Parts: sequence; structure tokens; C-alpha cells
Amino acid sequence: MTTLSPPLSQNPAIQARTVQISSRSVVLRSTNIDTDQIIPARFLSTTERAGLGRFAFNDWRWISEGVPNPEFAFNRPENAGRQILLAGRNFGCGSSREHAPWALTDLGLKAVVSSEIADIFRGNSLKNGLLPVVLDEADVQTLMQRPDDELTIDVAARELRTPDGRIYTFPLDGFSQTCLLEGVDQLGYLLARAPDIARYEATHAR
Amino acid sequence: MSPAPAPRTLFDKLWDAHVVVPESDSAPAVLYIDLHLIHEVTSPQAFTELRARGIAPRRPDRTKATMDHSTPTLPRDADGRLPYSSAAAEKQVQTLEANCAQYGIELFDMGSDNRGIVHVIAPEQGFTQPGMTIVCGDSHTSTHGAFGALAFGIGTSEVGHVLATQCLLQRKPRTMSITVEGPLAPGVGAKDVALHIIGTIGVNGGTGHVLEFRGSTIEAMDMEQRMTLCNMSIEAGARAGMVAPDQVTFDYMAATPRGPKGADFDAAVAYWKTLRSDDGAHFDAQVAIDASDIRPTLTWGTHPGTAIAIDAPIPAAHDAAARKGLAYMGFDAGHPVAGARVDVVFVGSCTNGRLRDMRDVARVLAGRKVADGVRMLVVPGSEIVKRQAEAEGIDAIVRAAGAQWREPGCSMCIAMNGDLVAPGELAVSTSNRNFEGRQGPGSRTVLASPLSAAWSAVQGRVADVREFFAATPQKEVA
Ligand code: SF4
Repeated sequence: MTTLSPPLSQNPAIQARTVQISSRSVVLRSTNIDTDQIIPARFLSTTERAGLGRFAFNDWRWISEGVPNPEFAFNRPENAGRQILLAGRNFGCGSSREHAPWALTDLGLKAVVSSEIADIFRGNSLKNGLLPVVLDEADVQTLMQRPDDELTIDVAARELRTPDGRIYTFPLDGFSQTCLLEGVDQLGYLLARAPDIARYEATHAR
Repeated sequence: MSPAPAPRTLFDKLWDAHVVVPESDSAPAVLYIDLHLIHEVTSPQAFTELRARGIAPRRPDRTKATMDHSTPTLPRDADGRLPYSSAAAEKQVQTLEANCAQYGIELFDMGSDNRGIVHVIAPEQGFTQPGMTIVCGDSHTSTHGAFGALAFGIGTSEVGHVLATQCLLQRKPRTMSITVEGPLAPGVGAKDVALHIIGTIGVNGGTGHVLEFRGSTIEAMDMEQRMTLCNMSIEAGARAGMVAPDQVTFDYMAATPRGPKGADFDAAVAYWKTLRSDDGAHFDAQVAIDASDIRPTLTWGTHPGTAIAIDAPIPAAHDAAARKGLAYMGFDAGHPVAGARVDVVFVGSCTNGRLRDMRDVARVLAGRKVADGVRMLVVPGSEIVKRQAEAEGIDAIVRAAGAQWREPGCSMCIAMNGDLVAPGELAVSTSNRNFEGRQGPGSRTVLASPLSAAWSAVQGRVADVREFFAATPQKEVA
């Protein structure tokens, strides 16, 4: 693990450290699941960040007002409380709305596993305690066969482990890893750079 | 004699000029942000967070605000009230007003003569300038890359970072050059080029990259076309898109009310002229496109990567996603999209809500009628676009054709303000996203250029605008 200087300040939005995630998974096989599916734009008319889970995947979850789609993964009773989402390739593409990871963490998710995770969504997730785990497509497909296996994601080791002993490593930069392990965020780090910023402004950006 | 400096790309130059603290193994680079644009939807939570930590914005002078996503496009009622679609939408707008008032941030509010979609007004005013780093809590911030700026969308946490420190933590992205050579055929414009590129490299073909658009086709484009092109970069998954500034850019900047003036302008141009990729600069990926291959282009599916030429058959579905997209759209593989019956036509958005787009629409609609059963909205991207278009009589042409001429805003692009496509309806839209439900629950969207959209409105079906050009004397075709 990397030690950062200056130290990071606690992020009240994350609150908890993310060291290890152990859970069965919810599977969404579709590829290119965009942020308009994760949370449709009409639910963005809010000035709050809490409570968005009830709008997550809204248009897939409900057949009509108050009538849930029983086929949809997040409506199936066996999936209640699961913290890991296994999703098709290119998850989180589309708009930069941070409401997407807010909605997913409010649903109780702690990690998204896919063979490709869109850039902005990935960055937004890491800032909100949702771990993006990118594995090879074949490995994601294998995991999708067995959603009832209790998977373990170890942030310090950058590993996803299965009960039958398979270990998949995933990329996670040291900085994001530190933020997750310590439950801290980037803003404190940036604030501590104020002298560097002031120097830059004096010469470049008056 | 010291060795010659290594050739750099335009992106490298912009990046290097804004590094406050270089990137290391343990932390991303601290990158300085010259211009921060905010709007009502992605900023309120950032201000809340700052307040909770007792932090005030560092550079309110480098922050500009407007309201566009949740705002009505219908005029004030008899009592002077704006017809907001919900109390929540109105509250977002009021929250932005309060935040800007508290911290002294310049706001283009509902009473401003210069309000509009954030990515339309910042260039218009001259806030957007070559060489800048520009961010906004909105993915289509890539639009500003048209000026040779490094411009990209950020999330709400990052909006807070920039407000608090005027900086962002960034890992250096990779670079991709996209070279387009040759003249464009009549009826083919920047939107078709953008869709063609996305159809070629794929909806995630640009992931992790900053695109630089180059070549004679791009050089021949005006600033509005370059903005349309850079706007769509994000739809190929790219972090940003850019075009090196040239005389076209400088002339545009000279005419802006808030850009540099006098000696400042001359000094700026001298610097801006250095902002191009050096000969031999290394790009991590390169794509070459022949402009003569580009026909009017539109989408058949539920993401922008499903772009095909208007007369090309929809490709056979090779995976579950394609089958789902086809089923959602109600289209059949093997047939072109052309001919499908159209319910709604939307012209507007930060992709195609500028004066040139309004002119394209007017050129097609002049002396014609929108087909029976088609509802058409034309929504200028800003108050300035609206005034200029009205001065040219475009509003009258639009209304005479039976289409609606609205107040500026994002409108049906994101359908947050009550402007909706009804479930099952097919819309031909000049916006940038055709995701399921993007224009309202159950809405079906075909992305297209303003020319294609207007011609489809007249025909009442998805139609090939080359028919219009074939039937129109060439002198009409600017
Ligand atoms: S017009 Fe559409 S894409 Fe552009 S800023 Fe508005 S909602 Fe976003």
C-alpha cells in the first residue's frame, strides 16, 4: 500500500473503509449499460445525494407504476442484500452523472465487476466507495455462471477470490487503493496542495 | 547545443502547461483548471459538501454558471411565472441562484439575455479559449475541445474539488489522432462525420484516449461544426476531443464579447499559434477516415455506436445487446432505417443547437410543411442563437411549417424539463444519445443531423436528405 504525503482527510460521504468485500453477486448480462439505465435523467431533479437507490435501473425494475418486473435481477428475492454486481462489457457509459454510483451504493452495492468500465463512471465510483473491478471478459463470463458463489474481493491484494480457490487479480492504482483502504478522499489531498496551487497561479493563471 | 525537444502532440502541450504537481506512482497529477462551468443539476451536492467542510470556492472568477437542463422551453405564463415541470426542477434552479449569489459566481440566469446550454454559451461569450483546461459536471464538455482546449466532463465530487482548489487529480490519458481527408458531399455535415467516426471506432473505441481531429475535412469546418464533432467525442468513449486552433478559431474568438481584446488578443494569438501537434509527434492510436465514404448517417440501435449510413441495411444482430437494441427500436436487420414512420423530430441540444443548425433546418423547412402526425420542436441552444435566428426570420419559417419554436435549453435531449417523447414514439433527434428512455420512458431515438431531421419531419418518415439536395438548385446549397 502507498503512503501518501500530505495525508488525506476523511470523506464524510464514504464514512467506512473498504478493505474486503464478501458477497454473492447480482448478474446483469447486458453490455453497454449506460448511466441513463442506471438512473434515468428524470430522477436527477434533486439537490440531494441520499436515497437514490429507489430509482436505480428504474425503467428495467418496473413494468408499470408500482408493478415490479419479476424477471429483473434486482427484483429477485434471492438477490436481496448482494453487494457485488457482475455486468456486461462497457458498464457505466454515457453521462457523467455521479447520481449513478450514488444510486448503486444506495442499493447496497460495494463493487461492480465487468470486462470494461467507462472512464468517468469508474472515477465517480472510486470517489464514492464503489469498487470498479475490471477482469477479462472470459473470467467475467465464468463468474456469471455461478452468481450464488460467495466471492471475496480483497482491496489490499487487488484480488477477487472464488470459494473453489480461483484468484483473479484486477488493476487498481495505488492512490485509489489508499483512498478505499483508509476511507478517505481526494479533496483533502488537493487542499493540502494549496501552496503548490498558489505558486502555479502566481506564474501561470493570474 | 542541447538536443531538439521531443515532438509533442497538442494534447501533450496542454497537459504540460497545466501540471501543478506531476503524476507519480503514488498519486495522479494535480492539474490546474482554467475555466469551470457549472449548471443546476450536477452542482448542488458539491456546494453542500463544501459547506459541510467549511470551504469556500477558491476562484469564483474562473467559474461561470448557467441553468439549462431542468428549465422550461415554454415561455412565461400570463403572470410571468416560468412553467417548471416539477417543484424539484424549480428548486434546483433556485439552489444554483443561491449558491452563485453567496459566493459571487457569475450566473446566466433565467432573466439573462445570454443564457443557454452551458456548452453553447461559454464559446459564444468567449469564456472558452484555445489552450485552456475546461471542465464541467457534464460529459459533453468535450465540445469546447473545438477551440484547441483540453475540455472534459467531471462528476459532482470533482465539481467540489475544482470549486475548492481549482484543480483536479488526473492520470494522463492516451492520445488518438483521427484524420479525415477530403470534401464532404452535399447534405453531409459535422454530425454525419461524428456519427460515422463513432460507427467506425465503436462506442468504446476512444476509451481512455483524448482524440485529436485533423485533416483537410476538419480544417474546412467552421467553429460550429467543429463543436458538433468534438461534442460527440464522448460518445466514442473518449475522455475528450480536440481540434488545433487556426485562423478560423482566431476569427471566431475576435468576435466574442468576453474574449481577449487589443494587445491581449494579439499576445493570445501568438500563443495559440503554438498549439498544434508537432510533426512526428507520437499518438498512441491513429485512425484515418476518407470523407468521400461519409453519407448522411444515423443510428439504428440504442447507443451511438450503432451508426450507419442512411441507405445502408441494419447489420445482422450478432449478440444479445444488438438483438435487444433492435427489439427495443422495432427495426429489422437487413433493412435501412430510412422509411420508418416518425412521430417526433427534435432539433436542438449542445450538439446541434447553434445558428448553423437553425439555418440548416430553415433551409429545408422553407415553403414546406411538417408531415401530418409529426410533432417537431426546434429549440435554439441559447438566447443569442434564438435572437440571431429570429433576426433572420428562421422562427417564422419554423412556425409556418407547423413546427414549434421554443425557448433555449436542453429540452428533449435529456427530457428532464417535461419535453418528452411518449412511450413507443419514434423520434429523429439532433441530440447525442439514443439510449433507451433517454428522451422519456419508452422513447425510441434515431440520432441524425439537423438536415436529416428536418427532411424527415417533412417526409413523415426517416428520410435521406440527399433527396432534398437533388431536388434543390445548387445555388441554394451554401
Ligand atoms: S443539451 Fe443534452 S447533452 Fe448537452 S448539456 Fe444539455 S442535456 Fe447535456
